[in-house]
Amino acid sequence: MVSGSTTGDDGSKPAGTQTSAEPETAAGAAALGSAWPLWEVFVRSSRGLSHVHAGSLHAPDAQMAVRNARDLYTRRNEGVSLWVVPASAIVASDPDAKGQFFESPQGKDYRHATYYTKSEGVKHL
Amino acid sequence: MSSDSATRITPGNALRPEDIVAAGNKAPADVAEYALRLGDDSLILAQRLGWWISRAPELEEDVALGNIALDLLGHARSFLSYAGSASSRTEDDLAYWRREGEFRSAHLFEQPNGDFGRTIARQLVVSFYQYELYTALMSSTDSTLAAIAAKAVKEVDYHRDHSAQWVLRLAGGTEESRRRITRALELTWPYAGELFEDDELAVSLAAAGAAVLPSSLRERFDAGVGAVLSEAELEVPQVPAAPGGGRRGRHSEHLGYLLAEMQVLAREHPGASW
Amino acid sequence: MSLHTDASPGLQAVPAEAESVPDGAQAHFEQLLAEDSRIEPRDWMPEAYRKTLVRQISQHAHSEIIGMQPEANWITRAPSLKRKSILMAKVQDEAGHGLYLYSAAETLGTPREKMTEDLIAGKARYSSIFNYPTLSWADMGAIGWLVDGAAICNQVPLCRASYGPYGRAMVRVCKEESFHQRQGFEILLELANGTGAQRGMAQDAINRWYAPSLMMFGPPDDDSPNSKQSMAWNIKRFSNDELRSRFVGMIVEQVKVLGLTLPDDSIRFNEDKQQWEHGPLDWNEFKEVLAGRGPCNAQRLARRREAHEDGAWVREAAAAYAAKQAAAQKTEVA
Repeated sequence: MVSGSTTGDDGSKPAGTQTSAEPETAAGAAALGSAWPLWEVFVRSSRGLSHVHAGSLHAPDAQMAVRNARDLYTRRNEGVSLWVVPASAIVASDPDAKGQFFESPQGKDYRHATYYTKSEGVKHL
Repeated sequence: MSSDSATRITPGNALRPEDIVAAGNKAPADVAEYALRLGDDSLILAQRLGWWISRAPELEEDVALGNIALDLLGHARSFLSYAGSASSRTEDDLAYWRREGEFRSAHLFEQPNGDFGRTIARQLVVSFYQYELYTALMSSTDSTLAAIAAKAVKEVDYHRDHSAQWVLRLAGGTEESRRRITRALELTWPYAGELFEDDELAVSLAAAGAAVLPSSLRERFDAGVGAVLSEAELEVPQVPAAPGGGRRGRHSEHLGYLLAEMQVLAREHPGASW
Repeated sequence: MSLHTDASPGLQAVPAEAESVPDGAQAHFEQLLAEDSRIEPRDWMPEAYRKTLVRQISQHAHSEIIGMQPEANWITRAPSLKRKSILMAKVQDEAGHGLYLYSAAETLGTPREKMTEDLIAGKARYSSIFNYPTLSWADMGAIGWLVDGAAICNQVPLCRASYGPYGRAMVRVCKEESFHQRQGFEILLELANGTGAQRGMAQDAINRWYAPSLMMFGPPDDDSPNSKQSMAWNIKRFSNDELRSRFVGMIVEQVKVLGLTLPDDSIRFNEDKQQWEHGPLDWNEFKEVLAGRGPCNAQRLARRREAHEDGAWVREAAAAYAAKQAAAQKTEVA
């Protein structure tokens, strides 16, 4: 239920945010004022594992974002590798299209090994 | 499964100040005096940087400066523990119960924080100096100094990057930031010279292979800092050097206040443990 | 680039003021709560739920940030280098926690900049406990043990808050905070076993922080108008009095290990109610401090405002540099 991430599920803008002229890039957003844009941080906790969303932060640009991520999200030895992504660059699925997106795989239990019960007990299968 | 991977925390297994004490190696008197210099440098700067936590320009920077201060305090504790081994004194005996004239830090480290630009200018000089110093000290014939340097050099490498990134941004940001960082460098530069001054102790220990000859670091320091300044389109400040004297216990006006604050509580309770 | 445009329906925000509730949205929201599932940022949610969350999460974040000050007050004077390291790491953690929480609030559409402005303008609230002064080193112990202890009691249930980003931020905060309470307790333990002066310092700190820490759980249940709705929304999991009672039960045992006392003779376990009871608290003082008339309110806000204003030129410089770099890159490509 609760994943390892701290904040936004997908880094996208929440419903209710009025955003006209969405900046294309984080740097573009910075140009609009002195408030630093938002970045999403992904941490690989050890070799062999994927990067997992850890949380967000603010930084003026990509170079500082990855450094801030190091300072903020790996203070306790949590990672061996980091990704940072401008929050505005994340493309998310439409929550209102949940049905058309995620209904299809449900009920197709023949895609799962547990569907095949007759072969149970056969070794190395 | 993945729920824990991004927040899994471990202490790691790097060298800690406690390990220096536990190892029980007793520093020869001259090595102890040398370790005191390095320990005091880092201690005084950590004391300065600790002030920034809760006052930085942005929360992310509170955390970044906090990490640097903690690294430096760690180095200080290791060096001071080792320095104290020569005279059966602890890191705290040395930090809290020496008088101003017994501190061996160079003047640069005790310079006031000033604005963020002054702090960054000081960080630039310190981190590039310490990086060259620890890189060389890793080959010390004294295994404890070499071990502390090996741990510290990786952290200082990051400090170097942090200060360089900020120098670039302040120099290339706004007119005001450029003016401020230029001025900050001018105010900081006079104290750089002392870091590279040789004296009798440094010469004899360097000859024995235990210490690094300060003057030998200057060229690489100039090249490193010069590259940052040139990328930032800043000039190396042409200002006269301050005389220094920290290695002999002669300090600037600032250290007394810093120590008064740092030591006040410990000295109210002689013999107490915390 | 084209991907961006194609996907825009997914990224487009629903204007808050429209308040045209999509078909079945309210029912879906209620159903998620009933299933004890989580609400995620882009789900439809009632405006009042959003507002409550923004208020609570930002107050929580402000508390972390203002809460750095009373402890930062002793960083430069910490009496041993080990304690100095611990305290620095702890205050630094609080910056991190504030930051995680601001991020969670940002997913609800309120930028950090706005929350910061509200804070320094004196328009936002934060935990009133941080308006008390830290007068001795023992306060570092009492804050860790009592204030962080109370905070942990409050925060552990929040890991299951119905709003996903809040719950996840709290998971991280709780993990990191696990050392905060212990280090505080150990400071007090060391003092309690130390010299007479140290012991006196420890007892004095406990005397001063005890009542304010109990008041951190908020007003009594019958005087807490928002609690009911927050519990219905699964934002709050236990009532103020329930948590307070639980906390009293913990510290009444822990103080014995210290060999010190709590400044309250009325603590007892009520068998009928199965609850710990404590002496009366001065809720008038609580309200006064909350209303800005505490010992350090003005000082704390001034310090935060100063840091923010002194840092403006740095933030502007970094933003300007980023814009120049981006522009240079664009011309290079073209």
